[in-house]
Amino acid sequence: MRMVRAILWRGGVGAVFASVLLPMLAVMWLSFFDQEVVSFPPEGYTWRWYVNAWDKKQFARGFVNSLQLALIAAVLGVTIGTAAAYALVRARFPGKEALGALMLSPLAVPGVVLGTALYVFFVEVENVIDVDIRATLPGLIAAHVLLTVPWTVRLVAASLQGIGPAAEEAAANLGARPWTVFRRITLPMMRSGVVAGALFSFIQSFENLELSLLLVGPGRSTLPVEMLNYLEFRIDPTLAAVATIQIVLIGALMLITDRYVNLSRVVS
Amino acid sequence: MTRLVLEGLRKMYGPTVAVDRVDLAVEQGELVALLGPSGCGKTTTLRMVAGFIAPTEGRIVIGGTDVTKAPPYARDTGMVFQGYALFPHMTVAENVGFGLEMRRVPKAERGPRIAEALRLVRLDGYAERRIAQLSGGQQQRVALARALVVNPGVFLLDEPLSNLDARLRAEVRVEIRALQQRLGLTTLFVTHDQEEALTMADRMVVMNHGRVCQIGPPEELYERPADLFVAGFLGRCNIFHGTVETPGILRAGAIALPCDGGVPGQAAAMVVRPERVLIDVQAGLLPGRIGMVTYLGGLTDWHVETDAGTVLVTRPTPTPGDRLRGLAPGDVVHLDWAGRAGRLLSPEPNGELA
Repeated sequence: MRMVRAILWRGGVGAVFASVLLPMLAVMWLSFFDQEVVSFPPEGYTWRWYVNAWDKKQFARGFVNSLQLALIAAVLGVTIGTAAAYALVRARFPGKEALGALMLSPLAVPGVVLGTALYVFFVEVENVIDVDIRATLPGLIAAHVLLTVPWTVRLVAASLQGIGPAAEEAAANLGARPWTVFRRITLPMMRSGVVAGALFSFIQSFENLELSLLLVGPGRSTLPVEMLNYLEFRIDPTLAAVATIQIVLIGALMLITDRYVNLSRVVS
Repeated sequence: MTRLVLEGLRKMYGPTVAVDRVDLAVEQGELVALLGPSGCGKTTTLRMVAGFIAPTEGRIVIGGTDVTKAPPYARDTGMVFQGYALFPHMTVAENVGFGLEMRRVPKAERGPRIAEALRLVRLDGYAERRIAQLSGGQQQRVALARALVVNPGVFLLDEPLSNLDARLRAEVRVEIRALQQRLGLTTLFVTHDQEEALTMADRMVVMNHGRVCQIGPPEELYERPADLFVAGFLGRCNIFHGTVETPGILRAGAIALPCDGGVPGQAAAMVVRPERVLIDVQAGLLPGRIGMVTYLGGLTDWHVETDAGTVLVTRPTPTPGDRLRGLAPGDVVHLDWAGRAGRLLSPEPNGELA
C-alpha cells in the first residue's frame, strides 16, 4: 500500500514537471527541424533557422526594443512597487486593504482587455493634453509598469512580512533615523524579494504581447510583436529558433539570479 | 545621573485601555521588573519608553528631559528585544558597532569599544562571525553588547531570556544582573516569569489589566502582597475566606484560623504561603487527610484535605526515617501556622483591605 502510494506520488510529481517542461523542450527540438513545414518525424536537423533569425533584422531590432523597454519598466516598477509594498506592510492607514487589492489588480485583468482599455484611455488623454501617448516609448513604458508593479508588490510584500519590524525597531533604538533604517536594515534584509521582483518584472515585460501589440509605434515593435508579425506570413521553424534563444536567455538570467538570492525561497 | 520617570502614563486602543495611569520612577542604577500575565500592559509600557508606541496621556522623562514626544532614535535608551532582533546581514562586530556609527563615533574609536563590549559579554574572538553562525545564547549576548556599547541612559529588556533553555536562562540571568550592577545601569525589565523578576529586580511592579497592582522590593511583594491578584501571581498560596472574630483569629465556617491581626467583624481573605504551613502527624490546629504527595527533590508538596478546603504544604523533603517521609494519601495529619503567616487581604480580587 505504501509502495503504491509512493509510486503514485512520484508519478504525479513527474507528470507535473513534464507538463511544464515538455512544451519548451518541444519548441527547442522543432527549431532544429530541417523542413519548412513542421511534420513528424523530422527529415533532418539544421542550424539554418538560427541563421535566418539572425539575418532577419526585425528580430534583432525587436530584441533591442524589448530589452530597453523591459529594463526601464522593471526599474520603474521595482522602485514604485517596493515603496508601495513597504507602505502596505508597515504603515497603518485607512483604505490599506483596498489599495493593496488595487495594486495587484492588473494581474487579474486579461492583457487584451487591459491593452484596449489603455488604448482608449490614452486617446482620451491625448484629446485633453494634446500630446501623443500612443505609439510612443513613454506610453508603452507606462503600460508595462502596470505589469511590473504588481509582481514587485507581491514579492517584496511577502519578504517584508517574513522579516518583521523588530530589526528596524532595534536600529531606530540605536539612533538610526527612518531613511537610514530603510537603507541599512530593511533594504538589505528584503534584498531577495526585490531581486526576485526585478527578475519577474523584467520577464513579464519582456515577453508581453497583448499590451505592446496595441500600443507600439512604427519601427519600435518589441520582439513578441515581431514574432507575431512574422507568423502572419511564414510558419517555418525560425520562430522556434527565436523562442529557443529567448528561453535560454531567461533561463540563464534566473540561474545567475539564483546564485545571489535564493529564488525558490522567495517565490514559494 | 539618569533617572526614568513615568507620570500618569496611559495608552488607549479605541475604547480599550492597554495601560492605565502608570506612575513609576526608576532610580539611577536600579533594576525594576515589570511583571504580569500576558496582556497586562507591561510590554506596551516598555515600548512607550522606547518610543515605539505613543502614549495617549502622561509623560516619560529620561534624565530630566521630557521625551514623551521624541522619536525612538532621539531617546537615550538601549533595548534588548525578545527575539534579539539582530541584523542578519551584518557581522557580530557590525551589529555591535551600529549604534556607535549612528552616534558618529570616529571609526578609530569604534574598534576598541566594540572589542570591549564583546569582552564584557564574553564573546571576544567572535567579532567577524555571521549572526547565523551563533547559538541562541551567543546571539542573546550580541544583543546585550549591541545595546550596552552606546552607554544608554536607560537599559530596556523585553523578555530577553524567553528564547533560551532553562539552564542557560538561569546562567544569563545572573550575568545580566552582574553587568547591570557593575555598569550602574538604570534598567526597566519586562518579564512574565516571576522567578526571573524575584531574583533579578531591586523593585518589582506587578501589573494586571493595564494597572499597577503593587510596587516594591521582591520580599515585600512576596511577603506582604497588597491584594489577592499579587498574592496569587507571585508564588503559590492558600486562600481562606472568612470573618475576623477577634484580632488574630479568622473564622472560616466552623473553623478558627490564626491570622495577623484584623478588626472584629471584618470580612477578609487570608493568604498563607505553603512553606509557612507546619505539618505534623500528631498534633496541630487543623486536622486533615493527605490527598496527594508530590516529590520535588529538595522539597515535597502535600495536598491536605481539611474542613477549610484543600491546603497546599511545601516543606523540605523529610530525611529517611522521619515519620512525614512515609505519608501516603488518606493518612491523617495536622496543620498549623503562626499568626503572622496568615496575611489578611480584601476578599475582592483587586482591592485594598479596608
